[in-house]
Amino acid sequence: MESILHGVEGYMYPNEMELQWSVLIVLYPYITGLVAGAFILASLERVFRVESVKPTYRLALLTALAFLLVAPLPLQLHLGHPERSLEMYLTPHTESAMAMFGFVYLWYLMAVLVLEIWLDYRKDIVRLARTATGPLRHVYRLMTLGSYDVSEEALRLDDRAGYVITLVGIPSAFLLHGYVGFIFGSVKANPWWSTPLMPIVFLFSAIVSGIATVMLLYMAVTRLRGREIDMRCVDTIARYLFYAFIIDFSLEMLDLIHRVYEADESFHTLDFMVRTRLYFPHIVLQIVLGTLLPLGLLALTQLVKLTEGARRGTYAAAGLLTLVGIFAMRWNVVIGGQLFSKSFLGYTTYKMEFATREGLLPAILLMILPFVILWVLVKLLPPWTDESPEVEPTA
Amino acid sequence: MSVFFGHRAHLVRMAALFGVGITGFFVLQALFVPKDFGVYGHYRAGALDENRARPIAFAGRAACVECHSDVPDAARGGRHEAIRCEACHGPLAGHAEDPTEKKAVRPDPRVVCARCHAANVARPAWLSQVDPADHSGGEACTTCHAAHNPLVPAPAGKPGLAPAAAAQPEATPKGETK
Amino acid sequence: MNQDRRDFLARSGKLLLLTGAAQLALESVLRGEPEAAPNYKTTDHWWGMIVDVERCIGCGNCVRACKEENDVPREPYYFRTWVERYHVPALDIERPEVDSPNGGYDGFPERYRSGDGSKNFFVPKLCNQCAHSPCVQVCPVGATFESPDGVVLVDKTYCLGCRYCVQACPYGCRFIDPRTETVDKCSLCYHRITKGLTTACCETCPTDARVLADLKNPKDPVHEFLRTHKVQVLKPQMATGSKTYYNGLDGSVR
Repeated sequence: MESILHGVEGYMYPNEMELQWSVLIVLYPYITGLVAGAFILASLERVFRVESVKPTYRLALLTALAFLLVAPLPLQLHLGHPERSLEMYLTPHTESAMAMFGFVYLWYLMAVLVLEIWLDYRKDIVRLARTATGPLRHVYRLMTLGSYDVSEEALRLDDRAGYVITLVGIPSAFLLHGYVGFIFGSVKANPWWSTPLMPIVFLFSAIVSGIATVMLLYMAVTRLRGREIDMRCVDTIARYLFYAFIIDFSLEMLDLIHRVYEADESFHTLDFMVRTRLYFPHIVLQIVLGTLLPLGLLALTQLVKLTEGARRGTYAAAGLLTLVGIFAMRWNVVIGGQLFSKSFLGYTTYKMEFATREGLLPAILLMILPFVILWVLVKLLPPWTDESPEVEPTA
Repeated sequence: MSVFFGHRAHLVRMAALFGVGITGFFVLQALFVPKDFGVYGHYRAGALDENRARPIAFAGRAACVECHSDVPDAARGGRHEAIRCEACHGPLAGHAEDPTEKKAVRPDPRVVCARCHAANVARPAWLSQVDPADHSGGEACTTCHAAHNPLVPAPAGKPGLAPAAAAQPEATPKGETK
Repeated sequence: MNQDRRDFLARSGKLLLLTGAAQLALESVLRGEPEAAPNYKTTDHWWGMIVDVERCIGCGNCVRACKEENDVPREPYYFRTWVERYHVPALDIERPEVDSPNGGYDGFPERYRSGDGSKNFFVPKLCNQCAHSPCVQVCPVGATFESPDGVVLVDKTYCLGCRYCVQACPYGCRFIDPRTETVDKCSLCYHRITKGLTTACCETCPTDARVLADLKNPKDPVHEFLRTHKVQVLKPQMATGSKTYYNGLDGSVR
């Protein structure tokens, strides 16, 4: 604790010296962002009839579910009294954006994601309920809700319902992640956060990260299964990633230019912070490596005709850099917003510990957990219909 | 089920599940929301009482003067007249409640007086300030100053209890007199 | 009976009578009973505070008294109230040097020289008891609220410890109590003011730089003070409805 005093430069209000929100609160918007982005990609096929991305449809939904299940965990670890979190459902203070978390989360989980997955998979669930053996059989039987009707009429109804749910799901996904942006953007006390652009910037960076995740997962999982990657699908996804990224980058540049131009009372302190304490995460990781470089790589694939192998490699590199960049963006917003004093006269440092409740170790474990859950989901509800051909060993 | 709902049966089942969930939510609310929530606003009314239920540490001058009625007489007309007892003597609500069991300790003038009167550039000019080491050479301030009426010399052996002195102008900002 | 004995008897009699009555009152006060003084009605009061920067001498009495009265952790990261020292160089009102060593708890060791053309002064800080408080607005569950008599309080048994309110306060007056993992802040000594006492900080201030104000009481000196002095609130652009009025507030104060 004493080290906090040493990390303070200039003047900070005495209560401000220790950071309130840790890396776990960086993780939360990152995870919900992946959920929103993955869902938007899935909706491209369902609502906007972009057929070429169909191979990733089910995978995107399962990815969204896996991450959504993990999303409340960093928050629970962070709360001083997680045992009281039910209060957010019992007595939500509707003036507070954070109070909406419980309801938006529950709505999105149950009324959008779980419903859509159930409706899309029903035919397979019924089949598996009849053919599976062992304890899994009971799981499938439970999931059928006792109805084994997979007639054409029933499936047509399912499809119709699924369409409506996806339609509702798109604004719901916007809400799920947009409200997180609003949680920060509506804090007038903090000039690094307070801007009407915040929900929109969060949303577009979420879309970018979600699309990149599904693209990478699809390529990795398909390779692991020894199948051939559908290049038409991946090319389309990469194109949408590129478009979303351009919008995201423009929004962030707009915010930056606006700040530099207006140069209000907070500007000199924020500018100093970005140039010093936030130089590596903001300039290097978020802007150069996390935005400019992947944008450049994606632009390359759009302008120059590359071989399939070269494209795959470029997409993979761009995707990974994107994920790092978007994480850095969340870090810069959450941590950056707490590194400077509200007196605009000083700075503090963030001492991230390792094996404590809010340390780096739980953060790493929480990022691994969704992949574990995804693995279970993929085993339980296989996304593929084994249509793509096996890859030849020499390829 | 299929007789009534045809091919929609599974959707109806799912809807029923949702209905159960939503009902359960309202049941939870009825059971667990504290009964005094929302009486005055979006909070538990009991929290007002809880905030009031704190033990008191500073008794206030009225409580001190009940027993120590000679001090206001000594301070009258002096520069420290308006200062409340516990500003220098510390929290004494325990002592006020039970003077014999919880004894008060006379503060060390070298510590207490310096808190206000040690010279500091940020202190306003109307305040009397000294460098304690220079001014008294390490001796206790009450050797020369009656603590409760500081511009009057202290009688030997009884630092605080000087007889009432001639009225002096009270030190205030910009030299106004109160 | 000689005069001395008569005096003695008279004084003892008075003392006994007063002591008896006062004792009962004091006991009730000291027991920390939740009930306010019998005739305290929240609707009769609207609490605020006057801080007179010209009178503050940076003695730190308020900081120490508050920590004692409200059992605030003694480490230098937790303050319900603190005092700042400003050193404003001759020509740069926008870049003051500010410090608050342990919040002013141990006073301010001298570090400046007089005669360099600078302006130096102390500014006490505390919860501004905002009428349109952003901290109350953002609490997701209703664990912080404004009482009917205008004091922003915390419900410690209800607080989740999410820290959103700490982020939302423009004045930096909230902190997380590490012992309860809930938020804590200046309660304007609610347990005292509802019993007719003043706050611990005002009680121990030797120069009346801090004075409790009851804006609903027509006889409270605050009304005359506000009428005759040029007062400001901190960060007025935030429109928080702050009820802590500063007299003599310099433009360099953050």
